[in-house]
Amino acid sequence: MKRALVRSALGVVAIGALLAALIAWLNLRGEDPLTPDAAAPASADQIARGAYLSRAGNCMGCHTERGGAAYAGGRGVPTPFGTVFAPNLTPDKTSGLGDWTAAEFWRALHNGRARDGRLLYPAFPYPNYTRITRADSDAIFAYLRSLPAVAQANRAHTLPFPFDQQAALAVWRALYFRPAQPEVDASRGADWNRGAYLVEGLGHCNACHASRNALGATATPLDLAGGLIPVQNWYAPSLTSPHEAGVAEWRDEQVVTLLKTGVSPRGAVMGPMSEVASGSTQYLSELDLHAMTIYLKALQPPTTESPPVSPRSSTAAGTGPGAKLYDQHCAGCHGDQGEGVPGVYPALAGNRAVVMQTPANVVHLVLEGGFPPATAGNPRPYGMPPFATVLSTDEVAQLLTHIRSSWGNQGAAVSALDVTRFRGVSAR
Amino acid sequence: MIRALLRGLLSGSMALATAAHAAPRVKDTMAQRLLACTGCHGAQGRAASDGYYPRIAGKPAGYLFNQLLSFRDGRRQYTLMANLLAPLTDDYLREIAAHFSQLELPYPPPQAATADADVLTRGEALVTRGDAALRVPACIQCHGAGLMGVAPGVPALIGMPRDYLNAQLGAWRAGSRHAMAPDCMAEVAKKLAPGDISALSQWLAAQPVPAGAKPATALPAPPPLPCGGAPARGPESPR
Repeated sequence: MKRALVRSALGVVAIGALLAALIAWLNLRGEDPLTPDAAAPASADQIARGAYLSRAGNCMGCHTERGGAAYAGGRGVPTPFGTVFAPNLTPDKTSGLGDWTAAEFWRALHNGRARDGRLLYPAFPYPNYTRITRADSDAIFAYLRSLPAVAQANRAHTLPFPFDQQAALAVWRALYFRPAQPEVDASRGADWNRGAYLVEGLGHCNACHASRNALGATATPLDLAGGLIPVQNWYAPSLTSPHEAGVAEWRDEQVVTLLKTGVSPRGAVMGPMSEVASGSTQYLSELDLHAMTIYLKALQPPTTESPPVSPRSSTAAGTGPGAKLYDQHCAGCHGDQGEGVPGVYPALAGNRAVVMQTPANVVHLVLEGGFPPATAGNPRPYGMPPFATVLSTDEVAQLLTHIRSSWGNQGAAVSALDVTRFRGVSAR
Repeated sequence: MIRALLRGLLSGSMALATAAHAAPRVKDTMAQRLLACTGCHGAQGRAASDGYYPRIAGKPAGYLFNQLLSFRDGRRQYTLMANLLAPLTDDYLREIAAHFSQLELPYPPPQAATADADVLTRGEALVTRGDAALRVPACIQCHGAGLMGVAPGVPALIGMPRDYLNAQLGAWRAGSRHAMAPDCMAEVAKKLAPGDISALSQWLAAQPVPAGAKPATALPAPPPLPCGGAPARGPESPR
């Protein structure tokens, strides 16, 4: 009896040890030995290429605090598990990359491990960055090393137990992370492959444009089927669906223009995507934007579902309290028939962003207003006022229900509850 | 001949450009672009009726620019403003500040004071003479004898609602509003008791703005405190 107990206890311990060893192995696979840096200093060309690639990856977006020194870290990325703070990437010896080698930087991007061996949180999108080339990693590193060193201590993440544990992260990585190589699909052209490299890798588009499971993991870097951005509660629309933000029907130059300037004849970027256009895509070359366009246009819808039609309200245009509110507050810019003004005020009639299944973004827009990003191609954007201070929750719901069901629009009604979910606006 | 041809070509291309940009209903003006601001700050930025959103029309350009930077960059806390300004560049913010600063619009009548005479006396004393014991300078020493501010960096103190003045002085005192270092207003507000703030707001909000009043162009004497937001060198250089 006693012996049987000991034996089963030993068995449990052995299985536990095996599991731990498996998890440890899964966390270390695909790592290259850390080699010392080449003696030759980085060339000006390499640094310039690194600067460009850093824009493509929008590194600054997270690694710069609002109003803070560029790349000195400090910005918090809110997640459902707590806030992860981006560290200092300037060459400061104590808090930045001063003592890092190119191999250690590569290991962080490719394997998600810090210089001291700690596992990194995937709020740093290494599940995407693992697909970039060593040469690009080295160029980004050379660029970061060329920045002025800023002594700014890193902030500790505010993650509760067990999410603050390396062991928990190791389990997560064993389940969801696998180092990858940049892949070339020989059946596709060079443009498509370059686009895939930028969208799936450096651009980490699916960090927002995909849904996440209960443990915060996306399916694959290929999943661009849309998702609600945790905590911010903006919906990053599907890039594969013709009913959301798929661009298969767009002309190439319309996609390029949207990414380059933030506005296009087919619509403008707003909300969190503003930051992507102003901090990243506006700086990309026409060639790279064209390549991304080729890739995005080739994304096939996973299913050919019919447009989401579920009008719970049959308010005809021109009647009801929503119509009155529209005439009073919106028609001046967006037109009596929701026709908008090309290039300035988006049309609301037939606008898929308006009728999308989740009303998250239109609720945000009505409550908070906003400007498209000021970019070199659109330096003086036209703005929309916030209505959070003007309209009640019920009024916002009535107004949006009207807009989503008028002029041929067939979006579902918006309830006061929908509006309440987004009313407590948080800083982006 | 060649010159005439060139001229013809040029005017032709300009006509094309104009045609391409012609948009119905919408004027290519700053006022049209900035309807996002006047929704809360009142028509043309002359203040909203709710007594909170302040007037922005006619304030000195440097002051407005510094406030826009501060909201965008986190020195001033108001989420709606921060999110609105997040995607905008320094250049555009400078242009926005210049637009509102150049508007010359009539001011609303002053708010009748609701406080007792001794409170108003205290308010007036702080404004015009300061409080040597508290080491608080007089408001007029920085904001000008007419209290209309001093271009480009110092704002007017009259022509604004009492609630707004109370909220701002309170925020400075509590450390939730910041200006560029050295933050002179934080230093001053922290020396004021809540009663002093109320006295100041009561008196200031009750002062009429004379017709055609504008910010002063210079102070008669150097300011008593160094101020990051209103240095002799002008507003903060772009990031």
